This record gives sequence, structure tokens and C-alpha cells, in this order.
Amino acid sequence: MTDAALTKAAERPPLRVRLKLRDIDGVTLLVVPAALFVLLLFIYPFAYGFVLSFKPKTGDLFANYRKFFSDPFLYDTILATFRLAIPATLINVLVSVPVALRVRRMRHRRVLTTLLVVPITLGTVLIAQGLLIYLGPQGWFNRALTLIGIGQVRLVHNYTGVMLSLIMSGFPFTFLLTLSYLTGIDPSLEQAAATLGARARARFFHIVLPLLAQGLAINMCLSFVQTFSVFPSAVLLGAPAGETRVISIAAYQAAYEQYDYSMASAVAMIMGFCQLAVVMLILAGRSFAYRGAAAGGKG
Amino acid sequence: MQQDKSVGERLWAIAVWALVIFFVVNVIATIAAVAVDSFGTRWFSSWLPAGFTTRWYKAAWDEFQLHDVLVVTFEVVGAVVLLSGLLGVPAAYALARRNFPGKQLVILLFLLPMMIPPITFGIPLATVLYQAHLGGNMSGVILANLVPTVPFVVLVMIPFIEQIDPRIEAAARVFGAGTGRLFVHVLVPLLTSGILAALLLVLVRTIAMFELTFFTAGPDSQTLVVTLYYAVGAAGVRSNQSIDAMAVIYMVTTLVWLLIALRFVDPTQIVTRVKKEAAA
Amino acid sequence: MAIAGRDFRELRLDDMSRNFGTVNALKGVTLTVRRGEFIALLGPSGCGKSTALNCLAGLLTLSSGSIWLDQTRIDRLKPEERGFGMVFQNYALFPHMSVRKNIAFGLSMQGRPKDEIERKVDEALAIVRLSEQGHKLPGQLSGGQQQRVAIARAIVIEPPLVLMDEPLSNLDAKLRLEMRAEIRRIHDLIGSATIYVTHDQEEALSLADRIVVMRAGEVRQVGTPEELYGRPAHADVAEFMGYRNQLRVTAARAGNQVMIRTGNVTLAGSAVEPFTEGEAVAAIRPEDLEVSANGPVEARTETSQYHGDYFYSSGRTADGAELYFRSDRRLTKGEIVRLAADPARVLVYAGGRP
Repeated sequence: MTDAALTKAAERPPLRVRLKLRDIDGVTLLVVPAALFVLLLFIYPFAYGFVLSFKPKTGDLFANYRKFFSDPFLYDTILATFRLAIPATLINVLVSVPVALRVRRMRHRRVLTTLLVVPITLGTVLIAQGLLIYLGPQGWFNRALTLIGIGQVRLVHNYTGVMLSLIMSGFPFTFLLTLSYLTGIDPSLEQAAATLGARARARFFHIVLPLLAQGLAINMCLSFVQTFSVFPSAVLLGAPAGETRVISIAAYQAAYEQYDYSMASAVAMIMGFCQLAVVMLILAGRSFAYRGAAAGGKG
Repeated sequence: MQQDKSVGERLWAIAVWALVIFFVVNVIATIAAVAVDSFGTRWFSSWLPAGFTTRWYKAAWDEFQLHDVLVVTFEVVGAVVLLSGLLGVPAAYALARRNFPGKQLVILLFLLPMMIPPITFGIPLATVLYQAHLGGNMSGVILANLVPTVPFVVLVMIPFIEQIDPRIEAAARVFGAGTGRLFVHVLVPLLTSGILAALLLVLVRTIAMFELTFFTAGPDSQTLVVTLYYAVGAAGVRSNQSIDAMAVIYMVTTLVWLLIALRFVDPTQIVTRVKKEAAA
Repeated sequence: MAIAGRDFRELRLDDMSRNFGTVNALKGVTLTVRRGEFIALLGPSGCGKSTALNCLAGLLTLSSGSIWLDQTRIDRLKPEERGFGMVFQNYALFPHMSVRKNIAFGLSMQGRPKDEIERKVDEALAIVRLSEQGHKLPGQLSGGQQQRVAIARAIVIEPPLVLMDEPLSNLDAKLRLEMRAEIRRIHDLIGSATIYVTHDQEEALSLADRIVVMRAGEVRQVGTPEELYGRPAHADVAEFMGYRNQLRVTAARAGNQVMIRTGNVTLAGSAVEPFTEGEAVAAIRPEDLEVSANGPVEARTETSQYHGDYFYSSGRTADGAELYFRSDRRLTKGEIVRLAADPARVLVYAGGRP
């Protein structure tokens, strides 16, 4: 090798060192199996489904989507799902705020949070079944209503039943999340506001709420996405052929009753698109609010 | 803070607490209704059943082949717990300790399955699995259930690992430990409580995970929750008591593991760990 | 109309006490503060000074005792009803509001008209010398600037009393010195009474008109900086005020002096509080214990640190007592020196109680 070539080779550090400088070495590779797994079993099926939705059994590229939007039996599911998801999300998130405000100073908070985790753990199927008995015409709830003079109310196999189950399984989530955001707000901020003359209501509207706003927005996004995907409760506790025929039922039927996987993928894509649209809307609204740390400075 | 309660404030506080108590009472009542029904002889027109019996449990055991179902459930859950740990913990370590180009993208990759609900990706996933001839049997069910749990383990473990002072690891390396021995002798002992917490949470979530198993299971690869769904769905207007017995068995299974998990983990972490990462 | 603290005659703390379960954080604090006074609450961590401040602000309720502003009893009032300004240790600036809005907050809670608010905010910004930063968010300011916004926010409401909870502890040394001067300047300007919590005796000495030294929830001594520096009332106060030499001695009266003995050394001192002949504590400031050719105390040098125009040294006597003293040359390790102190500067206290 000539002198010039030798010096050149010596100046350039070996590949391993260069990679190490950018934090890539054997340890970094540990992330590969998990990442590969998610790519193969999440990203790929999504992409596959997306492509598949444009390859219908009969007709051209958009035949599935056209079929969906021209058949009321199909496109009404979007409305039915929104009719459930939006009120459920609003109730769950908005009610969580006053409750979290009360509970945050509780001393035995853990008892309450443990109790609330139970419905989440049991899952929607069990809650649906439980409500079928409890809210049924012979169940304790209606008996109690009769006792206090209101009389029987139809609470199962209809919209109300599904709504109640969405609240029962959704509220613990939103409550725990709101609580964690609330306790993340520096308490000295409210103290400072009090010394400056702000009463409880003023402290809430001027200090707590603006700082909570970004957490509430995220809470709404996650809650909406979950409620929009309602499935077992809509079937077991609702009227799956009628007012609670939600979009997930349409997807299920396309896949497992009609064996039309292309159509099923199309429905799944539409479902994902609706969720994405609402999430974008909420996040766009969030950009008008404060989006930073909820502490009061250094120290 | 000094707070004299005015009448208005007191009323509001009472109203909020009443709401909370109402909610909790209804949750307990719902669960109790299932349990009571499973032990009742006949229950049609009174507050409590006419008599009590345990025969529905035997009936359910036979009718729904609960022995097989429970075996399947635990095989699935066991495999999911093991595999998500094996895949997730090393990945979490890499993400906690290395700041490589594209790291944000990888974290997003792990966030997506957590934020998108199982139904939305479940059907395309099931389609792919069936195409690969993995649908309708245990491998398919296990693979499907791994999709949300691997990211879950990763996202839960990252903060745990970040808490360990990297200088401890540096010390181990200076004394001659390679990555393998570092894991076995230093990291895993320090991380045990975190790994245990994460895996217990995975266990509880997978037992209750309905949609993914529902879409990928065949007749002999159903978990308990799916069997329960089919039974309730087929029962018509009201589930009969053997179904309730099965439901109680399901409840006891989940709640026992929940109680064990709660010894290691705060209830809020089941929910917020993941969602906090989503917010970050 | 310039910003000026609201007029009052006196603030009276009457046997103020506060318990947390079985812990007595405050045990009967009694104090009177006049308008315009700068009072420092000084003591080590856990002495109750912050608890006292929070009780004054209304952020903690009193377990017993009372607080009076002239003829009005105020300890039952909520913080939003007391009208005191408070500067928090971590500043507690509202992160989602601009500097102007932060400062204006108290005034808008009072419902003042907009133009009056704007005027007063301008004035407050000028006082703390931050007129250019009004539109910024707290997150965009440095620590010292955030501090000044916190002060402006507290004084703009023209309170009779300004409460400060270790406001300088999160700043670096140089900034702390600058801000110290600023705080006193602003206090003099607006004429409110200021109650200032700190654990730094130097800060208290340089800022306060009177210092309240606290320990374990009790007031140990109230006095001017000169009194506390020159004549601390108890041994623990002396130690806190920098009398690093605390010798366990036997003391005996000799005329109007006190002879103290430790080991085989005898020194003359002056009594500060009544002591039983026998066990006593002698406190001497390192600056007052000097190397002197015929001094009564003999010590073997251990360290000698350069401090500019003198050396700060430490050593041990023959029977192991540790001493801190001054010298004007560097001493070598192991060097034997003789030390002396003016009897008026050797303060003798009752022994036993810490």
C-alpha cells in the first residue's frame, strides 16, 4: 500500500466504532426480535388488510367501499356506533374530573382504586353477562326501582344496556387516568393561587383546568377509541340486529358469516379511519390549550 | 389547606361521594348477581333464589368441558407470558440504554398496538394467520395475543430499567461480564420485581382478552372467556345457571391473579403506565 | 400611585401551635411584628420555621393559639381571605400564564379594573427590573428571573405582610448574593412587613431587622442580628450562629468572671445563662480563638485552610477536644500551637441540654 493509502485507512475508524458512536451495538440489537414481531404481526396485517380491502370478490378496486356506503344496513353501523361511543366517552371523561378532584386527597385511596380496577380486569364479556342478570326484569336493580316507586325499566337488550356496560367498564379507566394527571399538578400552584385571593372555584377554572386540559384530551382519545370498538356487550346486552348494531359487528359478520375477508378488511379500515378522524379532531382542539409541564418552576 | 366548608361545598361533596358509592355498589351487585345465581336452585320471582346448590358447577364442568378449556387457557396464557417476557424485556433494555437513530420510530412502533383496540387490527390479523395456516389453532391464538402484550411489557419495563444506575452495569463489565452474564447475574435480580409485575399484568390481561382469541380460535383452542361468550350468546334471553357457574369460575381465576398482581403493583399502573407513555 | 404595603400596626402570633399526629411541629410560638419590619425565621431543617410560615399564610390550620392582625383575629380565615403575599421556595409560577398574567393574577381575583391592573403590573415589573420579559412564559426564564416574577406577583397586591419561604435556596451562590440585596431593596421600597424563612445564618444576619431562631418547634431566641451574633442566648443557638467550638467544661465562678476547665487547661470566660457549677458548655467563635504565643490552650494542628487574609485551622487538644481557630500563617500538620481568647468572647452556657 502506498503511504497515502495507509494514512487514509488509519484515519477512518472501523465500522464497529462508528456504529458505537451512534449507539448501535450488540445491545441495541436486542430490540430487533420484538420489533420484528410487531412489524410482522401488526404492521404487516394492517397493510395486508388495507390492500386486501381493495381486492374485492367481485367488482373493481372500490367495490367494497361502495357497497358499504350504499347499503344502509352497513353504513348505519357508523351512526349507531357513534351514538354509543360519543356519549359514553363524554360521560366517562367528564364525570371523572369532579370525582378525581374529591378523591385525590383521600387517605385510603388505594382501596377505592383497587375496587375500580376489578371491572377492568373482569372484562366486557363478564360485565355484559352480569348486567344481563342484574339489570334484567327480575334482577335486583329493577326490584329496587319498583320498591322506591319508579317501576320496571327496560335495561337489557337495548341501547341503555350497552351504554351502562360501557360506563361500567370505561369509567374506571378514565377515572384512574384523570387522577394520575391531577396528582401530577404541583400542589404549590393551587396554594399560590389561594394566597393571591382565588377561591376554590377560581382555582379550578384558572389553574387546575388549564393544566388538566391536555391530559383530558388524551383521555378522551383513548376512551373514544375503546368505546368505538365495542363488540361483545353490543351483541350480548344490546340489540345487535337493531339499535346497537355497531360497526364491529358488521366487520365480524363479513369475516365469519360471509367469509368475505376483503369486505371485512374494508370495514376494519373504515372503522380505523373513523377513530383516527375523531382523535385528530380532539388533538387539534388540544393545540389551543397549554401543552407543557404542570409544575411551577425550578426547585 | 384551610377549608371551611360552606353549605354549597358540603352538598357538592356529598353528591360526588354518593355517585362514587352508587357506582361501586352497582359493580359489586353485578358480580354478586352472577355469583348468587350460580348457587341458586331456582331464581325467578324473588330477591334471592329459592334454595342453594352447587350442582350447576358440576353441570358446567361437564357441559362446557371446562377441564379442557382451562387447560387451553393456561397453556395460552403461559405461553403468552413467557414469550412476551423473552421478547419484551431485552427490547426494553435496548430502548432504555441506547439512544440510536430511529429510536423514536421504534417506540412509536410499540405504542401503536397499545393504542389501537384489538378489534380494529384483530380481523386483518386473523386473516393473515388463517392464510398462514396458523388460524383456528393454539399457535394462532398465542401469536394473536402476543401482539398487544409484547409492546406492553416493553413500555412497562423501560422506566424500571432506567431506574437502575448504568454505573452498576459498567462496574459489572469492568469486572469481565459479557451481555449474557450481565443479564443473568446483575440485571434480572435487580429487575425481578418489575418483571414479575409486568408479567402478572400480562397474565391478567390475557385471561380477559376476548376479541383477539375470538377471532383466531378454533373449537379446541378457545380460552375460558370465549367459551363464556358463546354460551351466553347462545342462551338467548337470560343465561342459565350453569353458564353463571362457568362465569364464576372465570371471575375467580381472574381475580385471584389480580390480587397476586396487586401485591407487586399499584392498581393505577395497570391503566396508566401504558397511557402515560402514550401521552409522552 | 406607587405600590405600597397596606398599613397596619402589628401582627401578633399568640402561642401558635401545630401538631401532625404525635409530632409537635410548632410548640407555642409567640411573636409581635410591626409594619416595615424584616423578620427572619432561622433554624435547621425540621425546626418548624416553614410550618410557622404556612400557618401564617393559612395553608395549615393551627392546632391551638391564635394570630391577630391589629384587632382582627385571622387564624380562622382561609388563605384567600388573608391578603398576604407569599413567595414559594419553588416559585410556584403558573406555567400556562405569561409573566404579566402571573403578576396580574392576584389583582384580577380582586376584580380591579383592567387599566389599573396593567398599570400596577408595569410598576411591579419595573421594581423587579423585568420590564422586558412580561410576555414570556415562566419556562422561558432563568431561575433568578422566575424568582423575581414570584416576588413581583406577591407585592403587586400591596399586602400588609409578605411571606418568603427560603426563596434563594435554589439559586447558585453568586445569584443568591445579588438577589439578597434585591429582596431587601424591594422590602424597603414598598414598606410591608416581611417574614423570611431560611436555614442560612449569613442570609438572616445580612437581611433581617430581627431574627427568630427556632429549634424543634420552639423559639430559642429573638433578637437583632448584632445580639444573635455577639450574644446568643443558649448553646444550641450559639452553635447555629457559627460558634463552632463547643467545649464541655467544668465551670466555677471567680469574681465576676467564670473560670472554665477542660482537661488541664483553664480559661476565663463570661456567663451568658445561669449554670450549675460543674457541667457547662463554653462556646467560642473560630475568629475569636487566635494563635498566641502564651495562650492557655495547647493544640496539635490537623488542617489549615487558606481563606484569603487568614487561615482557618483545626486541631485537637491533648485530651482530644476538637478546636477551630484562626491564624495568619499556614500551620503545618502536627504543629503544636498555643491559643487564646478574650474572656468576653468565651461564652459559657449551662451544660447537659443540647
